[in-house]
This record gives sequence, C-alpha cells and structure tokens, in this order.
Amino acid sequence: MIELKNLSTGYGRHTVSANLNATLQSGRLTCLLGPNGVGKSTLLRTLCGFQPPLEGRMEMDGKDMAQLSRKEMSRSIGVVLTERPDVTDMRASDMVALGRTPYTGFWGTLGTEDRNRVDEAMQLVGIAHLAHRMIHTLSDGERQKVMIAKALAQQTPVILLDEPTAFLDFPSKVETMRLLHRLAHESGKTVFLSTHDLETAIQLSDDLWLLSADGLESGTADSLSADGSLERFVSCNGIRFDAARKVFYLS
Amino acid sequence: MKPLILFSLILTLAALCVANLLWGSLDIPAHAVWQILCGEDIAAHPSWRFIIMENRIPQMATALFCGAALSTSGLLLQTAFRNPLAGPSILGIDSGANLGVAAVMLCLGGGVTLGSLSLDGYLLVICAAMAGALSIMALLVMLSSLLRSPVMLLITGVIISYVTGALISLLNFSATEEGVHSYVMWGMGNFSGISLDRLPVYVALCSAGLLLSVLLIKPLDTLLLGDRYATNLGIRIRLTRNALLLCTGLLTAATTAFCGPVSFLGLAVPHIARMVMRTSSHRILVPATMLVGACLALLCNLCSTLPSNGSLIPINVITPLIGAPVILYVILHSRKQ
Repeated sequence: MIELKNLSTGYGRHTVSANLNATLQSGRLTCLLGPNGVGKSTLLRTLCGFQPPLEGRMEMDGKDMAQLSRKEMSRSIGVVLTERPDVTDMRASDMVALGRTPYTGFWGTLGTEDRNRVDEAMQLVGIAHLAHRMIHTLSDGERQKVMIAKALAQQTPVILLDEPTAFLDFPSKVETMRLLHRLAHESGKTVFLSTHDLETAIQLSDDLWLLSADGLESGTADSLSADGSLERFVSCNGIRFDAARKVFYLS
Repeated sequence: MKPLILFSLILTLAALCVANLLWGSLDIPAHAVWQILCGEDIAAHPSWRFIIMENRIPQMATALFCGAALSTSGLLLQTAFRNPLAGPSILGIDSGANLGVAAVMLCLGGGVTLGSLSLDGYLLVICAAMAGALSIMALLVMLSSLLRSPVMLLITGVIISYVTGALISLLNFSATEEGVHSYVMWGMGNFSGISLDRLPVYVALCSAGLLLSVLLIKPLDTLLLGDRYATNLGIRIRLTRNALLLCTGLLTAATTAFCGPVSFLGLAVPHIARMVMRTSSHRILVPATMLVGACLALLCNLCSTLPSNGSLIPINVITPLIGAPVILYVILHSRKQ
C-alpha cells in the first residue's frame, strides 16, 4: 500500500502538481488518467524514486519512501517505462532475468531460485514460449509483456507502469490491461499505471486516479461517475460521459 | 556453444602470438626462434637474439594489449552511451591524448622521434598523453551529470575533437619541420615503440583498465535497459558512469600514448564480438571483445611487416580496412531494423 500525503511533484523550483493526497491499495489495479502535460509522468517518476518529491511524503506500508535505501527500493518497486530498451541480440529470458539484479551477487550470476522466478514470471505473463526469441524480433505487445515479466521477476510488492499500452493495437491493449488486472488480484501486488485509454481504464481497473490542473481525485469508477467527477473530468473536451453504460459520446 | 567459441578465440590468439614471433621483416627460422626463446644463443647470428627479445616479443605484447584495451574501451563506451557508433575516438578521448603528445613533441622542437627519446623524454610523452586523455575524461565526467542525454554527450565529444584538432593544427603551424614529421609518424600508429624494459609499465596500465572493466560487468548489463531501468534495479548510476569513464580513459590514454592513435579498433571490434557471440550479455561480450581485439591487433601487426624491405606499414593504414566494412555493416543493419 502506498499513501501520498500532501505530495508536490516537479523539478527544482518548478512545481508540476501540488497537494496530492491518495492511496494505492494492494491487490488492486489502479489507473492514472489525465490530459497531456498535467504531470502524470512526473508523478510516476516521483513514485519510482527517479526524482525527489518537492514537498509532502510518500509512505509505503507506513514507512517514508524517501528513507528507503537504493536496495530496498529495488526490492519494493518494479517499473515498466515508456522508453523501449533498444537492445539487439538479447533473448527474452535474459531480459526477464535482469529483473533478478537486486538479488544476484557481484557478478550477476543466476542461481536456481533466480531461474525459477524467471520461468515463473514468464509463465504468469504467458510468454514462456518466447523465452528463446531475440528481443528485437518481438512485436510491441510481446515486448511489453517481457518488460512486465521483468518487473514480476523483480518480486516487488508494487509495480508501476508508465503508459504500458501506448504503442499497442486495441486487442493488445485490452489483453495487457486484463493481464495486469489478473496479476494484481492473483498475486496481491499493487499495480499502478498511467494511460490515455479512458474506456479501457474505466472498465478494467479497480480504482481510478484523475489528475487535472485542479488536483487529484481518486476512487472506483462507479463512485467517480456517481459524484460526477468523471463527467467533469472529460466534459471540457466536448465529450459526454454516459455514467450508466460507462461509455463516452462526442457531443 | 559460447564457451566453445571463446575457447577457439583463445586458440586463435595463441596461434597469432606464435605467428608474430615467427614472422617479421627479417627471416629467422622457426627452430632458431625456439632456441632463442629457450635462452640459447645462436652463435652465427647474434643479432637474432636482439630482434626476438627486444623487438618481436615487446611488439607482440604491445599489439595484444593495445587491441584488447581499445576494443574494451569501445565496448564500454557503446554501452554507457547506448550508441553503437560510440568509441574512444568519437568521444574525443584519444584526441585529448593527441593534444598532450603534440604539445610535448612539437614544443620540444624537432629532432626527437619516439625511438630516439631518452627515457625521461619518453615518459614525458606518455604523461602528456595521459594528462590529455584524462582531462578530456574529467570534462566528460563533469558534463555527464549536466548532459544526461547520450546524444548530447556524443556531440560534446565531436566538439572536443574539433577544438583539440584546432589546437594541434596551431601547434603544428608553429613547430619545426622535424617536430611535425615525428608527430605525423606517431599519429600513424605503431606497435614497435615499446622496448622490453618499458613494457611492464604499459602492460600494468592496460591490465588495470581491463580488470576494472571486468568488475563492471553486472552494472553494464543493466545499463543496456537505460539509466532509469538500471536505477530501478538498484544500480548506482553516477558511480557506474564515472567508473566507466575512468576505465575507458585509462585504456585509451595508455594505448594512445604508447602506440599512437590507433583508429577503428575501438569502434569495430565490439560489433565483431557481438556478431560472433550473438549476445549482448557483458559476461560473454567483455572477454570476447578483449580476445577479438587482441587477435585483430596481432593480425594487423603481422600485416604491417609484409613489405620485404624491412620497413613497417603504419597500423592506421591497415585498421580502417577492417573497421570500415564493419561500421558500414552496422549502419546498414540498424537501418533494416
């Protein structure tokens, strides 16, 4: 479980979003929605520990995340980023195995336990058959699954994903979201991702975080549509939200 | 499969070492070479002993370490900047060494060639090259925290090369004719500049750099995913990056100071190693790159003794013949992807 307490994110003196308060629950899939430039990536980067928060606290199970050592962080949070690792001549299983880095010794040699975890992660994601394929021969969807398997092999209670469905076709988008939903529920992990796919997010996620210039609102899709937050969130763009059917119309 | 390829690379290396001892500008029969290596004297040809001990052995060791060092340096730079075209020369590291050498050679005036320099003068050239290369490295280390983007760092390297090139031109312009000549000769690359008594310094410097690169294998693998993924996996990025730059600086400075700026090996060999080993794991690539680099340098050294009149072809005439096709292949191959 991760709690944001009056968190402000940004760079140096430039605040991107301020006064963020919300909670990420374990065993649930949470989607972060928001227009471009509102600070989704900045928030995710702050949560990943890539940049320090400007103000406020992030707590993981009651502990201040700023106090976690690099090693503790690497065993607490696994990430899947938008940047595509541009590697050739690397097998999918070797890529997944890199997720074991926080647990391997000085030379990074994999033990039996590590190999088992890698196999397990690939099976969970459903890419065991791709193990020996080279990364650069995989499709975008398959590659994204490899990165998710890498995060699973890292055995972290929290997995953060920055727009994991951005470059995928529609079936792959749904498949990836379903996979993440299943992983959160089956393994009890906290899964948090940013996305622009409103409808998929509303239908497949447990919780939604709506980030706008006014601040952050969080809750289930039902509660957010009931109190009109979702409608307010999209209506500015000339889009109407049908709360009952959870679909959007161009008005 | 991969251990087998590594093993055959070691065998090739051993064969090339022997070939380098057997063949040279002067024909010495194989049994005589063997006798000399065993410590016996050949009464009829006392000069052969000198040629083997003071010339062929140091030249073989120089080529071997130069190839391994430059290639490893190139591999580390390609991984660090995630750019297949990175290499010691592209980042301007060896142009820093060039500048140091040029300053000593051209300012001390004419008449001095590396061979005729006293040990003091020789050390001075080496120290100047080290100072030049390491100050460029220091500059890159300083900038690496400011300029996080690999592209910016590469551009910086190119700019550094231009500036040092301009300074060298200025030094050349005001230097004597002999000074310019000896500098140009040094610039053509040469594995024969190190005598047996100076060899230990060179080998020690190269070994230190090579050892450091082996210690960096684990963080190097995670760097393939990019800085953020590596950070998330618990790697100290700043420390790793600085260790990488120090390591490449040391390797490049040592080889450039002793052998002149040997072109293309640093850029091309890591690609050859990747093609041969079909992996990007540094646990295999680092040793493979060292072996392929050493083999290629020994091969170039053999080729350089081809003219029968006793003169040596400059190394930099041969290395582009190997390097250029590899780079073309890399560019065409990456466009296909």
